Amino acid sequence: MSLFADKISIQALVAKEPLALPIIRDTAVKAGFPSPALDYMQDAIDLNQLLIKHPSSTFLVTIEGDSMIDAFIANPALLIIDRALQVRNGDIVLAVVNGDFTVKRYVRKADKVFLVPENKQNPKYQAMEIVDGMEFSVWGVVAHIISSPRKR
Amino acid sequence: MFAIVDCNNFYASCERLFQPQLEHQPIVVLSNNDGCVIARSNEAKALGIKMGAPAFEIQTLLEQHQVAVFSSNYALYGDLSHRVMQVLGRFTPAIEIYSIDEAFLDVAHFAFTDLSNYGSAIRAAVLQQVGIPTTIGMATSKTLAKAANRYAKKACKTTGVFVIDSEAKRQEVLEALPVEDVWGIGRKYQIWLDAHNIKTAWQLSNSNLAWIQKKMGVVGLRLVKELQGIACYDLEEQPAAKQGIMTSRSFGHLISEKKLLQEAIATHATRCAEKLRKQDSCCALIQVFIHTNAYRKQDAQYHGVLSIPIPTATDSTSELIQLAMSALDHIYKPGFLYKKAGVYVSEIVPRSQVQLSLFSSKDRGKEKQLHDAMDKINTLMGRDKVRYAAAGISRKWKLRQEKKSPCYTTNVNELLRIKN
Repeated sequence: MSLFADKISIQALVAKEPLALPIIRDTAVKAGFPSPALDYMQDAIDLNQLLIKHPSSTFLVTIEGDSMIDAFIANPALLIIDRALQVRNGDIVLAVVNGDFTVKRYVRKADKVFLVPENKQNPKYQAMEIVDGMEFSVWGVVAHIISSPRKR
Repeated sequence: MFAIVDCNNFYASCERLFQPQLEHQPIVVLSNNDGCVIARSNEAKALGIKMGAPAFEIQTLLEQHQVAVFSSNYALYGDLSHRVMQVLGRFTPAIEIYSIDEAFLDVAHFAFTDLSNYGSAIRAAVLQQVGIPTTIGMATSKTLAKAANRYAKKACKTTGVFVIDSEAKRQEVLEALPVEDVWGIGRKYQIWLDAHNIKTAWQLSNSNLAWIQKKMGVVGLRLVKELQGIACYDLEEQPAAKQGIMTSRSFGHLISEKKLLQEAIATHATRCAEKLRKQDSCCALIQVFIHTNAYRKQDAQYHGVLSIPIPTATDSTSELIQLAMSALDHIYKPGFLYKKAGVYVSEIVPRSQVQLSLFSSKDRGKEKQLHDAMDKINTLMGRDKVRYAAAGISRKWKLRQEKKSPCYTTNVNELLRIKN
């Protein structure tokens, strides 16, 4: 019974028009001198707006490994991948080679396509030529690299 | 002129996007609780796996062919669907989002461009920018566009676009389309049409209109006219505001304990409140239901349901949980094995039109701040990170989702990881 106690013909008591109440919540009214900066307020800087040009085709991925360390991709780093960007010679791309993801520099030289790592310290990373028989596609272009230099 | 853009095997394509090693491999996606097959890649279809097949029945087949099996990941599918629709919306503002993986576009104003090329451009854009393959059918009515789409899936696999722009093409498409696959033909009409020897869409489109109207009513008449290429239905660009929001789930296993039901109901109420806040609206009626598994003939059966009117429409999680809990108190009966529980909120009004109750003692401003904060945290850190204790700690009732892929696009902790 208690369940319906709230229901008591409240309909008859409420105003027919919705009440428009002025509510000041975020900016409490204070008695002191108003801030001289108030007239110069602008929107806060929005990193999304700065870093993401095409929201519907932007994906975040995390990357671990040092094969692109000389291209400023730290280990680990966060990459902003934009699939709407047309790949250009020299872009860093998220590619798929034979079903595996890899992030490398996309280099086209005289009709040949190479995926090039950038780590001078480690000779085990070698450029890979894309040849017939390989399944290769560019998943997206790396638009931005985010890394956090501070040690955890 | 209408176009329908349909994402190919959408859920399977979503999974494949983040696991490219599954290219050319069979993939199936299972329903909630990993029950039955709700999506198949072409390779899985070729293995003879049927839509709706119970997972346990095809277990051997799945293993034998190393089919990649996924639990449904609606956070991922929903996000990718949204992205697809946004790309489509850049081609034309006249768009009707028909389902999670289909949209109608009005392409009438492109009548002077080559529609086939236009379709290819749309396809290419969605494929490059989001990564989802699509098929496009175009015709002068929605029903015919649907038929063209179906035809394109079979006959134009590489181009993925079919435009019905001549009588010959209309005949070609409709002759290949079994009548039961016409958009809007149900099982009942199929049997009836079959009895009258109407087996293809082409035969249906050439039927006597008066006879059709007499037997199938005005809806049937429109359907036939649409097949003839006469548009009877327009784009529905503004989807009607949701009349009600339902959140319900089957349990991973049968439960009888009231505490677990409470947790489930509280979680559903939370979800309803989140959805209400997301669309800036409030509800004035909440319904709670619980029921047993009707298929288990050996169990005693019970179906409990109760609706509670809410004096002042609300979007508050705490209020909805409170109401839902008291409803559950009334309908819960011990000794039954419950299979499903749900919360349905309706009588939805925009938040700006909520009439305040004279007797309400709630501090709505404060509560709104609290919920905004909770929503923000949960968006950022993952669903239910912050929740009311009523929604439970153990959550033993939770879905069985053993093979769910990460929420690559909606949860920072589950981003795609690349070893480089």
